[in-house]
Amino acid sequence: MAITLFQMLVFPGFLFLSFFGLAAEYFDRKLHARLQNRVGPPWFQPLADFIKLVSKEDVIPEDANPRMFKMMPIFALTSTVTAFFYIPLWRHAGLYSFTGDLIVVLYLLTIPTLAFFLGGWYSTSLYSKIGAVRSITQLFAYEVPLFVSILSPALLADTWSLKGMTIFYAAHPWYWIFNLLGFFVSLVALLGKLEKVPFDIAEAETEIVAGTFTEYSGRLMGLFRLGLDVEAIVGSSLLAAVFLPFGLALPAGLGFVVYLAKVLFIIALLTLARTVFARLRIDQMMELCWRYIAPMAFLQLLIVLVIKGVFLK
Amino acid sequence: MIRPGKMIKQVLQSIFKKPATTRYPFFKSEPPKSFRGKLKFYPERCIGCKFCMKDCPSGAITIIKAGEKQFECEIDLAKCIYCAQCVDSCPKKALEATNEFELASLDRDKLKVTFRGKPS
Amino acid sequence: MHKVMIPIGPQHPALKEPESFLIALKGEKITDFAVRLGYNHRGIEKACEERTYIQDIYLTERICGICSHTHSTAFVQAVEEIAGLAMPKRALYIRTIIGELERVHSHLLWLGVAAHEIGFDTLLMYTWRDREIVMDLLAAVTGNRVNYGINTIGGVRRDISPEQTKDILSGLKKLEERTKYYIDVATKETTIIKRLSNVGVLSKKNALSLGAVGPTARASGVDRDTRRDDPYAAYNEIDFKVITDDHCDVYGRTLVRCGELMESYKILRQALQNMPEGPLTVKAPRKIPAGEAVSRYEAPRGECMHYVRSNGTEKPERVKVRAPTLANVQCVAKMLEDRQLADLPIVIAAIDPCFSCTDRLVAVKEIGSRKRIMKWDELREYGIHWYQHQGVDFTELNKRLKRKMK
Repeated sequence: MAITLFQMLVFPGFLFLSFFGLAAEYFDRKLHARLQNRVGPPWFQPLADFIKLVSKEDVIPEDANPRMFKMMPIFALTSTVTAFFYIPLWRHAGLYSFTGDLIVVLYLLTIPTLAFFLGGWYSTSLYSKIGAVRSITQLFAYEVPLFVSILSPALLADTWSLKGMTIFYAAHPWYWIFNLLGFFVSLVALLGKLEKVPFDIAEAETEIVAGTFTEYSGRLMGLFRLGLDVEAIVGSSLLAAVFLPFGLALPAGLGFVVYLAKVLFIIALLTLARTVFARLRIDQMMELCWRYIAPMAFLQLLIVLVIKGVFLK
Repeated sequence: MIRPGKMIKQVLQSIFKKPATTRYPFFKSEPPKSFRGKLKFYPERCIGCKFCMKDCPSGAITIIKAGEKQFECEIDLAKCIYCAQCVDSCPKKALEATNEFELASLDRDKLKVTFRGKPS
Repeated sequence: MHKVMIPIGPQHPALKEPESFLIALKGEKITDFAVRLGYNHRGIEKACEERTYIQDIYLTERICGICSHTHSTAFVQAVEEIAGLAMPKRALYIRTIIGELERVHSHLLWLGVAAHEIGFDTLLMYTWRDREIVMDLLAAVTGNRVNYGINTIGGVRRDISPEQTKDILSGLKKLEERTKYYIDVATKETTIIKRLSNVGVLSKKNALSLGAVGPTARASGVDRDTRRDDPYAAYNEIDFKVITDDHCDVYGRTLVRCGELMESYKILRQALQNMPEGPLTVKAPRKIPAGEAVSRYEAPRGECMHYVRSNGTEKPERVKVRAPTLANVQCVAKMLEDRQLADLPIVIAAIDPCFSCTDRLVAVKEIGSRKRIMKWDELREYGIHWYQHQGVDFTELNKRLKRKMK
């Protein structure tokens, strides 16, 4: 019991996840700065930002619903941390696993978007409302490609649990090549889920001040920012577990290093996308996702079905 | 050819280049020779015509008589806009613009600088 | 769908300077747009009347930071016209060179700002890094990075030495190569083209009827450039092209500004090579004889006009400034008809707004309501009465003022 509590709260649970999230944010910002020929922040910057935000007073608008306003950051943070428990990190299984936990993880990862929407909506400020509505509209664009592209490797492995998938891919080492198109599609969809450029429409700084986060300040803002960082880690870990399932049989220390390398590689790809693209409008994003990305996801599904039906009989 | 991510080659090359930022105040870059910084006054050349006071756009310079043919100059560094018009207006070249630009101070009274001649 | 009124500004991350726009939104569509100017009004035109001509050069220079040489030169040209001075050629060439360097710096700044408005921070960092080359050149030649102070009544204050000429030419070579790369990126990067095309459309007819100037008008096919139509400084001896474009949208404005950058490099090379020897200033009187003059200058943003009236004393009687942004800001309402909220920052940034230049005195005639223009003392009385009505007590303030005046 004590060991389970330790694992949930400290390692690889809440504390480890928070610090890894902050470290990944440092990596992202430093890489972004170096790509732009700048110096970038020092290593303690995200931690200093978090401590500064937590030590300030939170201001709640008069018209807002105080209970919902305060609960939204907590929802965002806790749902992502819960999703983390089911993802295999450096062993074949996560902390817990059961059949169908892939679907549960994907649904748990939808809750932060809902929390952003409700947080912006209950702020009752003009900019927050527009940001909230944009965030939910964006959900319709990237959710389908994300689900379909992550479910394709599961179809190939004939199981709905992450543990079963990793065991399958460990048994057939080269099958992950069939899922490369899905990897690309889910990277694009993950950019949308994490609201990074070119899809940071909901938090467009130059258009609607800060979107859903306009009225948030102090501790609540600190929790939201931490939630965003943790969501980046959880999303990258999910992608690493589904599409890059190698090195899971190595001994614990080496496996940990391989896991870190995989997650940082995916975050580096996200940062590169953030650097070289401009922000799209919401209607352009819908058009892009439904005209190009979703068909690619379905193509991936088709490839998996064909391979499964024809070659693996 | 129109394609997304056109800047990617330059952007990846920048990782290997030195950053373009000068880390002031650890590394300072020298201002150029003709930079208009803090003024310097030569009391021995001043004849008290007060053309500099007349032409100053912000009234930052004051010439005070300190004796027979002896003049002092008081410059308010807070009001001065460092245009160096007084340098051009002076017929005897008694004013000069130096390179000094780190003039911030926490005390407003310290920003009034007086140039005195040697007592004769 | 519910209609919402949103204020953009006076403080907003999209605007670099305070201005108030009120838009009515239905979902994401803009249905109504109103401008309210005046947040940067500092009373410069009145302050010019209290200072001598030489002091006014520095005051007009500080109307705006990016177009400082524009205002200073336009003012000085008007005064020189009233005084009837014959300008030395070398001074005119130096004014042209500094003016074109300012145009290069302003257009590079605009490229960065426009990229930032559409969320493309990388282009902002790169263009502003290369802008440092121009700023260092200007600092070496004039002594300061902005607010150059190179003009004086009758000529210029500093000379460009041959060594500085060499530095400028080598800096130009580097800038030309970088500008070609930015033109390449701006015309071929998919996300930029998607955000900039068909946004902020202003047809040629509307541009002419609303009075657009500068690159905003030239991108709609209106072929007007003060440097060619009404040459000042040394432009009648320099050969250059006026860049126009037919796209009529923000993409066209980007192309026009990038084309103007390349033309500026050509103009700079010609001016540096052909600069004649000679004196830098001609002696100008302190008391300018009575008269009035209008002088026009092609600022990076469009046509800037100064009107000066003198009455024989050392101080001007009336100075009026019409900045190019005032002419362009009327077109924004037309450009934003039936567009989305996401287009608003880039459309406003595309006219290259400089609200510090814009907020001068504008007399608005309202049809139907009582038209009233107050004189200076009437305005002061009105202000005192208004504050007393709000409950402000002036006795303490008057006592403190008396003590300070002693």
